[in-house]
Amino acid sequence: MDRKDNFSNIKHLYNRAGFGIAYPDLLQLSKRKLNKAVNGLFVSPAPGTDLTTVKPDEFKQQQLLLSSLNGKKELTPEEKQQREDITKGRNEKSRDLNLNWVQRMISTPNPLLEKMTLFWHGHFACRANNPFYAQQLNNIQRNNALGSFKTLLMEVSKSPAMLDYLNNQQNKKGHPNENFSRELMELFTLGRGNYTETDIKEAARSFTGWAYNKTGEFEFNPKTHDALQKTFFGKTGNFDGEAIIDQILAKPETSVFICRKLYTFFVNDTPNETHVKELATHFYAQQYDITALMKQLFNADWFYSKENMGNKIKSPVEFLVNLSREFYVTYNKPQILIQLQSSLGQYLFNPPNVAGWPGGKNWIDSSSLMLRLKIPSLVLNDGILDFDGKADPEEEAVIALNKKQKPRPVKSYVNAQADWPKFLSCFPKDMKQTEMAAFLLEPTVGKKISELVSSNVNLKNTVIAVTSMPEYQLC
Amino acid sequence: MERRDFLRKAAFAAAGTMVVPAFMKPFEALALDELSLYKNLVVVQLSGGNDGLNTVVPFGNDIYYQMRNGIAIKPDDVIKLNDMQGLNPNLSCLKELYDQGWMSIINDVGYPNPDRSHFRSMDIWQTASDANQYLSTGWIGRYLDSNCQTCKFPYTAIEVDDSLSLAMKGLSKKGIALKDPAALFRNTNEPFFREMIQSDKDHLDEENLGYLYKTMIETSSSANYIQNTSKIYKPNYTYPNSAFANQLKTVSKFICSGLKTRVYYVSLSGFDTHVNQLNQQGRLLQQYAEGMNAFVKDLHQNNKLEDTLVITFSEFGRRVAQNASNGTDHGTANNMFLFGGRLKKQGIYNAAPDLANLDNGDLKYQVDFREVYGTILDKWLDVNNSQVLNKRFNTLGFI
Repeated sequence: MDRKDNFSNIKHLYNRAGFGIAYPDLLQLSKRKLNKAVNGLFVSPAPGTDLTTVKPDEFKQQQLLLSSLNGKKELTPEEKQQREDITKGRNEKSRDLNLNWVQRMISTPNPLLEKMTLFWHGHFACRANNPFYAQQLNNIQRNNALGSFKTLLMEVSKSPAMLDYLNNQQNKKGHPNENFSRELMELFTLGRGNYTETDIKEAARSFTGWAYNKTGEFEFNPKTHDALQKTFFGKTGNFDGEAIIDQILAKPETSVFICRKLYTFFVNDTPNETHVKELATHFYAQQYDITALMKQLFNADWFYSKENMGNKIKSPVEFLVNLSREFYVTYNKPQILIQLQSSLGQYLFNPPNVAGWPGGKNWIDSSSLMLRLKIPSLVLNDGILDFDGKADPEEEAVIALNKKQKPRPVKSYVNAQADWPKFLSCFPKDMKQTEMAAFLLEPTVGKKISELVSSNVNLKNTVIAVTSMPEYQLC
Repeated sequence: MERRDFLRKAAFAAAGTMVVPAFMKPFEALALDELSLYKNLVVVQLSGGNDGLNTVVPFGNDIYYQMRNGIAIKPDDVIKLNDMQGLNPNLSCLKELYDQGWMSIINDVGYPNPDRSHFRSMDIWQTASDANQYLSTGWIGRYLDSNCQTCKFPYTAIEVDDSLSLAMKGLSKKGIALKDPAALFRNTNEPFFREMIQSDKDHLDEENLGYLYKTMIETSSSANYIQNTSKIYKPNYTYPNSAFANQLKTVSKFICSGLKTRVYYVSLSGFDTHVNQLNQQGRLLQQYAEGMNAFVKDLHQNNKLEDTLVITFSEFGRRVAQNASNGTDHGTANNMFLFGGRLKKQGIYNAAPDLANLDNGDLKYQVDFREVYGTILDKWLDVNNSQVLNKRFNTLGFI
């Protein structure tokens, strides 16, 4: 493989496995063999650490206060104020948690880990009203992002966020609630067609008693657990939740389902079933070891074939993080990142439903595309954002409380700074405009783009033009 | 012009027309009177879960007063429509429309196994899915996908907002979101944007890049069409001063100028009234009613009311009993409003909610919302509803 191929392969690898790559790093890695670069992604310079936006003590105190307030029939004005303050505080923490994660993705030395966390965030999609639970689930997804899928699945299933979101708190002996059981099989493991309605009912009975306590820890409640015999996948026994998850993992269909989803996230919107099968066999044989699976994927020849390069539409978060990472952007008002996520249709921690974001072409409609084309020049050139996203349905209560429906400000400055000197210092003095375009874009730079940029006198103009092109939406 | 230059340009132009795929031809060039007679649908979304029982008040039912002693609307204040139901006094502007036969109310619209989460229930209403089904396309989006006679333009469905709702997204076609046609027109006519879509068309066959270019070309084409068609029309009706009324004013401008759009989507937020509901909901209902009053009368004055059907929905109603904070919590079935000049059944469409026969404190639905959609798809948008709703739904007699 010649140097030029290696250059574009490593760029492709880092775009898909991470959030792009700086030019000097790319030059450096191009000198080495591709599989060395792949392995390098798995050796983290620093261990992944938890997000700690919401402190456990703070959460516990709030829980105590809330349960005492909820126990009262009438609240004094002060107590009402206390309750409002808690809600307000939680909303602020939810925003902070979102921003801390985005900032983490922008600055992480461990991009693969965060990219995998982003994948699991969409796979185990969940909305939690309590930011502490949201943070817990996010940390579970990060800690196991490259570990064992079995551990990941078990911990997610036992997290307060998911137990609450999929109503397992209401799943009790004699009154089963099937929500968790159904989504576990339909969306998290097997996919439709690989289980029956009876399996769902019987699994739901097995998960009765799975709950969490006031301090936000999983707790098995034997009193509400249905300990009678169940028949699941044709076998009869006194199954509990763990036994159900084990049986689901014993089915190779689970491996196929997860690998297909990973393939559409990392490789191509349209899965190649031969490749998916190849991955699934390996994943199953390796006992659901995610690192083994991902190494296989990034080392596969087909991962670097023409039809799999430069053809994926970046998700809004990938787009924002790539851009911010590439140009060392500082957001003086980070809230703008939330507004942008929401306007572009991927508001982290707020997926549309338990099926997650559909992705691919679904990201693009006329208005989201127009905004995407505009964002680079706004961020890099400090422009004004003339856009006013929709309120999230969960914010309706806040809107309802506002005494007057005051029009939201229509224009806001993005108020961000790119570190141009730092970015430009990465490149050789004689870097050509077309070379810059080729570095920034994943699709091949054709005649049109070459002509458009070659008349520019400085690289900065080329950068702003190139990042405003539809080609920049792809990776 | 030099002869050589001319030849080169002419050759390029000729070659250009040969490779331009059909969807790239400017839509403005299609025969203008291809679809001169057609009907509009306007969808009004009330976000947050509007309390239907304090909107259309069952003043004839004692249970209502027993369960809501802090927030019930007094019988004397209700604008009575029959012996049982009447309008919230803040909806007084609607009475005039009601009396003209331009308004209809469907009670207890919902779906089986209702979900009380705003997000999920709105998802269900917008995608027209079952409660345990997740769809990534909306019902209007799938209407666009159905490729019927009436929906071939990229501007067939317009949402008057900055971003597009899921309801308007299909698999291969999507509605267009715009608040201000002039602003979109300016954006798509920026030199850089024009240069991008006018230069080489090599990428149009490529899967995703082609899709991006196609979206840009259609956006540009629609922006030109919408701006050039609607700017000729001079609005001649005075609207109240609210963001909601402004959206309706924009829709009216589009309809009255003869835009070949079939579906419009607008929304009004803030209906999640858990605490001290009376004033909050009252203020919103007033904004809603004043806006609708102006809109319907404006359309009537411009002879467009016969061709227009307006529907109003919210993701759920609220529980029958009030809560301890003089508000109401998330519930289930709710009423829907219809407006138009060609309603077959005017006034109240079906029986009032049965407050004595509740499901865990919530109203039971009488009408599946997909029967309402299905009726509109079949009878108003001329497409078989099973094609859009994934199974056949019964149609109702309101149009």
